[in-house]
Amino acid sequence: MYKYDEYDHAMVDARVAEFSDQVRRRLAGEITEDQFKPLRLMNGLYLQLHAYMLRVAVPYGTLDSRQMHMLAHIARKYDRDYGHFTTRQNIQYNWIKLEDAPAILEDLASVEMHAIQTSGNCIRNISSDQWAGAAADEITDPRPWAELLRQWSSFHPEFSYLPRKFKIAVIAAEEDRAAMRLHDIGIQLVEKDGVHGAAFYVGGGMGRTPMIAPLIKEFVPLEDMLSYAEACLRVYNRYGRRDNIYKARIKILIHELGADEYRRQVEEEFAHVKSLGIDPPKAEFDRIAAQFAMPPLDASAPDAIDRSDPDFAVWVDQNVAKHKVSGHAIVNISLKPVDGIPGDASSAQIDLMADLAEKYSHDELRVTHAQNIVLPHVRKADLYAVWQALDAAGLATPNLDLISDIIACPGLDYCSLANARSIPVAQKIAKRFADPVRQRDLGELKLKISGCINACGHHHAGHIGILGVDRKGTENYQLSLGGSGAEDVSLGTITGPGFDEDGVVDAIERVTDKYLETRTEGERFVDTFRRVGMAPFKEAIYG
Amino acid sequence: MVEHIHSDGEEPAVTLDAFLEQSNATAVRLEPDEDARALIPFLDRLALIEVAFPKFRDGRGYSSARILREAGYTGELRAQGDVLVDQIAYLKRCGFDSFAPEKSLNPDDVEAALTRWPEHYQGAADGAVPIWKLRHG
Repeated sequence: MYKYDEYDHAMVDARVAEFSDQVRRRLAGEITEDQFKPLRLMNGLYLQLHAYMLRVAVPYGTLDSRQMHMLAHIARKYDRDYGHFTTRQNIQYNWIKLEDAPAILEDLASVEMHAIQTSGNCIRNISSDQWAGAAADEITDPRPWAELLRQWSSFHPEFSYLPRKFKIAVIAAEEDRAAMRLHDIGIQLVEKDGVHGAAFYVGGGMGRTPMIAPLIKEFVPLEDMLSYAEACLRVYNRYGRRDNIYKARIKILIHELGADEYRRQVEEEFAHVKSLGIDPPKAEFDRIAAQFAMPPLDASAPDAIDRSDPDFAVWVDQNVAKHKVSGHAIVNISLKPVDGIPGDASSAQIDLMADLAEKYSHDELRVTHAQNIVLPHVRKADLYAVWQALDAAGLATPNLDLISDIIACPGLDYCSLANARSIPVAQKIAKRFADPVRQRDLGELKLKISGCINACGHHHAGHIGILGVDRKGTENYQLSLGGSGAEDVSLGTITGPGFDEDGVVDAIERVTDKYLETRTEGERFVDTFRRVGMAPFKEAIYG
Repeated sequence: MVEHIHSDGEEPAVTLDAFLEQSNATAVRLEPDEDARALIPFLDRLALIEVAFPKFRDGRGYSSARILREAGYTGELRAQGDVLVDQIAYLKRCGFDSFAPEKSLNPDDVEAALTRWPEHYQGAADGAVPIWKLRHG
């Protein structure tokens, strides 16, 4: 875990002071809402349908138990006793009072947290693989690089008034658990001839014009990573479109220029930028990396798991993943119980997860882009105790990556941009497929719901995606199939005319029935879809 | 570096096109969509480059400023237009050393904005030593 030094503390404290002053000037009427808006957004504060929403950064999704307890405290003291974990590994609070925001930021700063650049047209929180540092398949821990990027991008003077928001993800495994290629910049750490470097994918994103990021540079030497990122951003800041908010993301610039021309411009800028001395020396990387060292795990810990409790065994099979150190495992806590709201957790649940992290996971937790929580370093011998505690708190739903492990945006229940509600649809689907045997039989099936075309619920990347639209004043849901945010990245295809709330649930059932009838041995839903195409599913849905 | 809030009184800056056609002017004004690099051959004869900010949300001028400073421009670099107190610290970091806001700024707020940040994470065009360098001496 990265620990702040005096410099990091001073920067966050200065930001709290700055924002407190801005709030004061806003409340006194010295600045207009129009002038205040980008300032509050760069501090994570949105004005939503009913209240202010505060989005707190969880850099690369990593936090310790003290920080997790603080998140519970904020939910309890300033909100309605719960928080909502987001697809960018952050947490947001939906019922915040503007005048409380400075105090919340102070509370956060006391545990080395902040809401800096969680919104606004700037470089957002850097996201990463939620299993970083624990995954058996990674070539290195991507988080030190993410932290280096975090510091470089924080209060970046040139890139705080970009054409539009800018999201960066860093991964270090072939299996992409962070939707890397659906980011403005996706960085994959790779190995060539025994040396690590960074593959830069630039210009991905969802929204109303979803695009998969093309590979811009196969191998950027790590000592050039920040300069290369700076060059990518400078070309965007200068030439990204500012005439139309819907065409302002970097994906549109790259689409219009073409990847080759964008690459040429970046290379030209990079040749210059590299002379400026932007990249810190290796000593700084080493200082950061040392703080992400693997905790002292006992590799001789017993590898066997007592599976005599059948409910526990089901959970182990579904929610526990392989750790790089023998005798240990990665625990995935589903925030998707059948009657719940995807990504929501109560203060008591957040506190409980913090306690479990402290006791069983070397004080570490992760937030996942699928809106779940991870305990990354658990001894296999402790799994049963962890499961019992989670189960008692309603946190042991064994549905990781199954049809009820739904990503959903807050939708029209909270969001001022939404056209339709997402949460009730998610709940109806979860209820329809509640039978755990049925879900497991369907296997890996990533279902994602957005309540408007901005695609915060990642519907383009869903094996099954749902987009809520407003159709002549009534909520209507479009269905798409065949998307993926993983290493087999693809964008979903719309099935045809949309449905009402119950109709879309029925349609999904017809799709899954068709899949069961069509699949070959071991074939996931998305693989079957790719093999047989849309036609049979379309026929099953519309007759 | 001395920063000052500009008050008028000198000869107006010419447009980039006018400057490139007849380059004996010593003051030029850059619009957001104009390429700062077009001025690079002429930097040593320029005393003032005024970068226009018609809307504070349009951040192209920040890159223009850095490009000019990175190319060695040492004359006055002025941010003109919708320049607000909450952007002034970043403008300064990008190399601006004078400000001509359309609406006057409260000097106390300017002072607070320019002295708020003890250090900076990244190098820019203001000569500040980045935190990573401070950490390693």
